Amino acid sequence: MQYKFFPHTEEDIKLMLDKIGVPSLDALFAEVPEEIRFRRDYDLPSAKSEIEIRNLFGNLGKQNKQLTVFAGGGVYDHYTPSIVPYIVSRSEFLTSYTPYQAEISQGTLHYIFEFQSMMAELTGLPIANASMYDGSTATAEAAIMAVASGKKANKVLVSETVDDKILAVIRTYTHFQNVQIEVVPAEDGATSRTAMQEKLQQGGVAGMIVQQPNKYGIIENYDGFADDCHQQKALFVMNSVAADLALLKSPGELGADIAVGDGQSLGLPMQFGGPSVGYLCCTEKLMRKMPGRIVGQTKDNRGQRAFVLTLQAREQHIRREKATSNICSNQSLMALWVTIYLSVMGKEGLKEAAQMSVDGAHYLYEKLIHSGKFKPAFNQPFFNEFCVKYVGGNLDQLQQRLLDNGILGGIKMADDMLMLAVTEKRTKEEVDLLVSLVTQ
Amino acid sequence: MNNKLYGNLIFELSRPGCRGFHLPNNPFGKHPIANELKRGSDAQLPECDEVTVVRHYTNHSGNNFGVDNGFYPLGSCTMKYNPVINEEVAAMPAFANLHPAQPADTCQGALAALYGLQKALSEISGLHEFTLNPFAGAQGELTGLMIIRAYHQANNDTKRTKVIVPDSAHGTNPASAAVCGLDVVEVKSTPEGTVDTEHLKQLLGDDVAAMMMTNPNTLGLFEKDIPAITKMVHDCGGLMYYDGANLNPLLGECRPGDMGFDVMHINLHKTFSTPHGGGGPGAGPVGVRKGLEQFLPSPHVVRKGERYEIVENPFGFAPDAPTMNLGTFFGNFAVLMRAYTYILTLGKENLKNVGKLATLNANYIKEALKDVYDLPIEGLCKHEFVFDGLKNKDTGIRTMDVAKALLDYGYHAPTIYFPLLFHEAMMIEPTEAESKATIDGFIEVMRLIANDAEHNPQRLKDAPLNTPVGRVDDVLAAKHPITTYKQSIDEQV
Repeated sequence: MQYKFFPHTEEDIKLMLDKIGVPSLDALFAEVPEEIRFRRDYDLPSAKSEIEIRNLFGNLGKQNKQLTVFAGGGVYDHYTPSIVPYIVSRSEFLTSYTPYQAEISQGTLHYIFEFQSMMAELTGLPIANASMYDGSTATAEAAIMAVASGKKANKVLVSETVDDKILAVIRTYTHFQNVQIEVVPAEDGATSRTAMQEKLQQGGVAGMIVQQPNKYGIIENYDGFADDCHQQKALFVMNSVAADLALLKSPGELGADIAVGDGQSLGLPMQFGGPSVGYLCCTEKLMRKMPGRIVGQTKDNRGQRAFVLTLQAREQHIRREKATSNICSNQSLMALWVTIYLSVMGKEGLKEAAQMSVDGAHYLYEKLIHSGKFKPAFNQPFFNEFCVKYVGGNLDQLQQRLLDNGILGGIKMADDMLMLAVTEKRTKEEVDLLVSLVTQ
Repeated sequence: MNNKLYGNLIFELSRPGCRGFHLPNNPFGKHPIANELKRGSDAQLPECDEVTVVRHYTNHSGNNFGVDNGFYPLGSCTMKYNPVINEEVAAMPAFANLHPAQPADTCQGALAALYGLQKALSEISGLHEFTLNPFAGAQGELTGLMIIRAYHQANNDTKRTKVIVPDSAHGTNPASAAVCGLDVVEVKSTPEGTVDTEHLKQLLGDDVAAMMMTNPNTLGLFEKDIPAITKMVHDCGGLMYYDGANLNPLLGECRPGDMGFDVMHINLHKTFSTPHGGGGPGAGPVGVRKGLEQFLPSPHVVRKGERYEIVENPFGFAPDAPTMNLGTFFGNFAVLMRAYTYILTLGKENLKNVGKLATLNANYIKEALKDVYDLPIEGLCKHEFVFDGLKNKDTGIRTMDVAKALLDYGYHAPTIYFPLLFHEAMMIEPTEAESKATIDGFIEVMRLIANDAEHNPQRLKDAPLNTPVGRVDDVLAAKHPITTYKQSIDEQV
């Protein structure tokens, strides 16, 4: 029984069994009916030393191809300052749990308060929670929140330009909740405001969900959308790529009631899609309908400022079967990641990284169009991701040629439509190599 | 606080013009965004140099307490040691730099690991097929219940809208059921602390979709009637859902599939040692019995010959079952890598001893303290147990006071005021990772506290004194919510 993660000696075990008054470890399970005892060995590999583990995962890693990434679709290859993973790996943060005991959890409570403050700044809405699983589940929770806040309205409108994967999550979360999802069509890659107005006028709409930049990378002009929604007593919900809010008109400025999205763009590694972190911000009016944890400021009995989990009456462990969300643990450590990222990049750094991504994407776009092998897919402004139509041959072959040259060449959106993303990490050499490979 | 010198909020250290970053020169030329699409005013993020940021967060880490700091007997959370090798594997660039849109041919290593974990969880739990996509235990519960509803709907058995949940259940159980549009019915516990099968009989009928249970239950007691319970529920056409929050003591001893459960989730951050991270990210894979796999969510990893593939509708959904997507990709991939590392590190020889040692530690603490703390239910516990406060009820010292006093001695507190069956509940879970010496130290302190309750109660009411902050005012926080820096500034003006 001697093993590096089990500190018990044989003598310890004997002394402890004596104290308990049972003859053997097996006797600790005496009440478990024999018919359901597991009496064989697991059919699993044998224990491995660290050397063997490193070799095993090292070899598995070699079966993954390290690519220069020009793909986005919700996950972007942004720069991570070296201090971020360094501090996040401190085990006082890493190995703690939900800050139930505020007196020994001020580190966690402080960074969550900072995270909430930063998300509120970025979105322009006053209230933020302590994080959600990711952008898609945050959006689904916003849909449910809209229905819970609406008076007998059970319809949620979702723009056609919201990522299909996010729409699938919204549909999953609302499927058994008597919520009706209707898709608002788009024209030239942007949400049709008239189509939205028509659907709103039919009544029974609790909320309208849009995405910025949208699933094609397009920056949509949402001026007036919130007013249209509010006139019909519907909430306006905006999903935004967090980093892009450094430059773009904020959900708050656009009159949104709920702002949601994914925080991966704030310096998180791609990690095959997770863990990421979702954010959810709202107006003060909606604060008590908000799912998840919230940290608030208070005082301790020594008169010091302190932070604590608050407004817990909204949460699942109090409301139980009356709950409208079941979220319990969130993505706290990734919220810390984002918080340190935003602290070190700061107000200017976030803008510079975003602008450089925009500039790189526009440089690439112009080169591609100029080559004659690509045509614009839409006539719309875009951020750091855009769609083009390939008129130079077969798109699958093109993407394979890029892969053969170590490049993840975008996401195929249709038979002839490709979506490419650029971040501040991409060098001019990398972009020019991509251009030369796709225009040959 | 430990970091007075460096301030308490990063915003308070901000100085206009300071920067903690440098980017390469921009070689792409200027492409400004049109004014009507730009934000009117900047987000007021901090402006700090790198040293300030490093010191700020390093000092704040000193105000925290993790498993690496000391004993963390937080019941139901399985705060076991998080092996460092797990972190090393998860951070390998060959995995951390993968984009989720990479074609399967370019990420065979990652898919092989995911597939291997799916199969290992099946073997450990006795269930047929696993999805790794759920981000957390609570989302796993929701997934499992949606699978159950989809199954009944596929059988045109649409009147099954009732979920039976024990009164001792975790709060997420009824909440998940409600979010899945199901009606929650509570089944009572017997005085011995397990499900009252007579009461259960009265609740069963053709409207029951499922019963949710955790076994051992939240009192740490093994539900020994489980074969009879699963049979009763199956006989009435319902399915059995296993909340895997308390799976740890069963490693090597018993499998949910063998007990008769049809659907379950596993909290990888509990039983499989991935770090709790201050409240996530965790992972809540969901397993199902054969015959339910067509209802699993997308995407899913399958093996075809020597090759791994990503499939969208894993086994072909039933015609009218919903397509299920719980997130945009494969869940918390880097968390899954940690859990797989843990399973492969311990291997079959050591995984089987986890349950025994966790159970040994819990029973030892219980026996060593039951003369001074109120043990409402005698007998063997599994990985955890619940005291109903101090045995001496006349001291005026409550469970909250005991918890705060423990902090002063360098221990994390147990889970308190849960389960709801007892007014002064104190739920203690030591895990297998703690030595006899550590546990003996904890026992000694718990006895000191019990002694102080009788002879020096004020000391306990004043606790904690040795922590960065004293007892915090929850009421003030809730009555007058200040949840951002901007609000706290506006407050001062």
